[in-house]
Amino acid sequence: MFVKDNMSTKDKLITCVIYTVAFSAISILLLITIFIFRKGAPLIFKIGIPNFIMNKTWAPLGSQYGIFSMIMGTIWITAGAMIIGIPLGVSCSIYLVEYAPLIIRKILKPIIELLAGIPSVVYGFIGVVMLAPFIRIHMGGPGLSVLAGSIILGIMILPTIVGISIDTLQAVPNSYREGALALGATKWQSIYKVVLPAARNGIIASIILGMGRAIGETMAVIMVTGNSANVPHSILDPVRTLTSNIALEMGYATGDHQQALFSTGIVLFIFIMIINTNHLLKIYFYYLLYLPLQFFVL
Amino acid sequence: MNIKISANNLSAYFGKKNTLKNINLNVYCNEIMAIIGPAGSGKTTFLRSINRLNDLSNDFSYKGNLLLDGEDVYNIKPEILRRRVGMVFAMPRPLPRSIYENIVYGPKLAGTASKSDLNALVEKSLKSAFLWDEVKDRLNTSAMKLSGGQQQRLCIARTLALRPEVILLDEPCSGLDPISTAKIEEAMQILKKEYTFIIVTNNTKQAARVSDNVAFFLMGELIEYNSAQNIFTIPEDKRTDDYISGRFG
Repeated sequence: MFVKDNMSTKDKLITCVIYTVAFSAISILLLITIFIFRKGAPLIFKIGIPNFIMNKTWAPLGSQYGIFSMIMGTIWITAGAMIIGIPLGVSCSIYLVEYAPLIIRKILKPIIELLAGIPSVVYGFIGVVMLAPFIRIHMGGPGLSVLAGSIILGIMILPTIVGISIDTLQAVPNSYREGALALGATKWQSIYKVVLPAARNGIIASIILGMGRAIGETMAVIMVTGNSANVPHSILDPVRTLTSNIALEMGYATGDHQQALFSTGIVLFIFIMIINTNHLLKIYFYYLLYLPLQFFVL
Repeated sequence: MNIKISANNLSAYFGKKNTLKNINLNVYCNEIMAIIGPAGSGKTTFLRSINRLNDLSNDFSYKGNLLLDGEDVYNIKPEILRRRVGMVFAMPRPLPRSIYENIVYGPKLAGTASKSDLNALVEKSLKSAFLWDEVKDRLNTSAMKLSGGQQQRLCIARTLALRPEVILLDEPCSGLDPISTAKIEEAMQILKKEYTFIIVTNNTKQAARVSDNVAFFLMGELIEYNSAQNIFTIPEDKRTDDYISGRFG
């Protein structure tokens, strides 16, 4: 279908190879999707979608499969991670591109990207031995909490946000900066009014990727959030996310219980799909983050 | 005639490279001063010294001084200086916003006035740049949708909106069609009553058409500085003659 008659033999061969590689990558994704849905969908329909999503009780032994508390857990933890990660990440990349001397940028950028290479269990370990006791002693609660998870995740998504934001900021043509400065803008005004809007799409993309990472992260979250399947009422409460729910119980689950974990996977899958595909989210970021900031700064 | 800008023994360096060598010249009020010379002769560096845009390069340094109305430009805050000395670049680079916002951007930063004032300012600036008739019905469309020549006139209009004293033009017509070029040159002739222009151009004919005085730069040195008439009819230096008659450059 893709091989045309007027191609040379070599071209035909290469076209075939490239399409095979491309489609095998896509088909693996497709297979995973089908697998999750075949395993998980029957249980969702058996107990009903509202009952599955809105029920707060997760008691596999009593055949109660409500994941509302886990959904809330994921939302709390992700929101917390974004609150910590976005300002840190975006301001860090602004500093590195606009203010830092070249030598500092060249040293710091690889170091920040190195953060991405640290295994998540190490982050979790740091959270357990340092952060959780600190929160328990100074702020109360059990220590293993939404707050601890958010801080750890906020740091973990930094390399994603910083790396991509730096690239987009560097891609903004210098003539924009010069144009603004030549009109009498101060350095910060030129950055805020010209450079950031020009780099907006890239920065938002970096935030969305970081958010995907935060939602999907499992190991570090299991270690620092306490994992009790209750809806959190404050940032000091322990919490269980969708991912931890699967990872914690998959080892021993059977029958309906196992199916319920796959159903959890479906919900997670839908979360990720919404974040990665929905352009509404970009608009939402624009109105919720960018516009209000504009009032504060200028 | 009052001296508007005077350069005294001005030398400029990027790292170790010496781009301007001991420049001494005066620019007078309400004149159009043209700078001509082959590529790499320091024309643009000189222009950008006046509004301190060279400072953006990390390795820039300078010697000597440059006075605007008798005051060293390094004693003026850069944003104030750049409001007094506007600049139009070779490539028209409007900000990625609407036509209206492009023009009010500068005045808003400077903290000028009410909405009705801004509207009047937009109209006046666009009219001065001969752009008003073409865009008056679509001030809120993106400036990126204009043609190259219109974008350049928009850039001139947004510079005018700041009501500067001096306007620097860095090869403003290099990418433009003859009609847009003619419109810009016409605008300059009218506007020189209120402003002082310094124009860098690769087009010697343009320099001859628009300017009162012409400076010829070569390899970072000021070879000759004289009235346009003298430069183009009886140049004193042989190198000037060679350049103008197209023997090099």
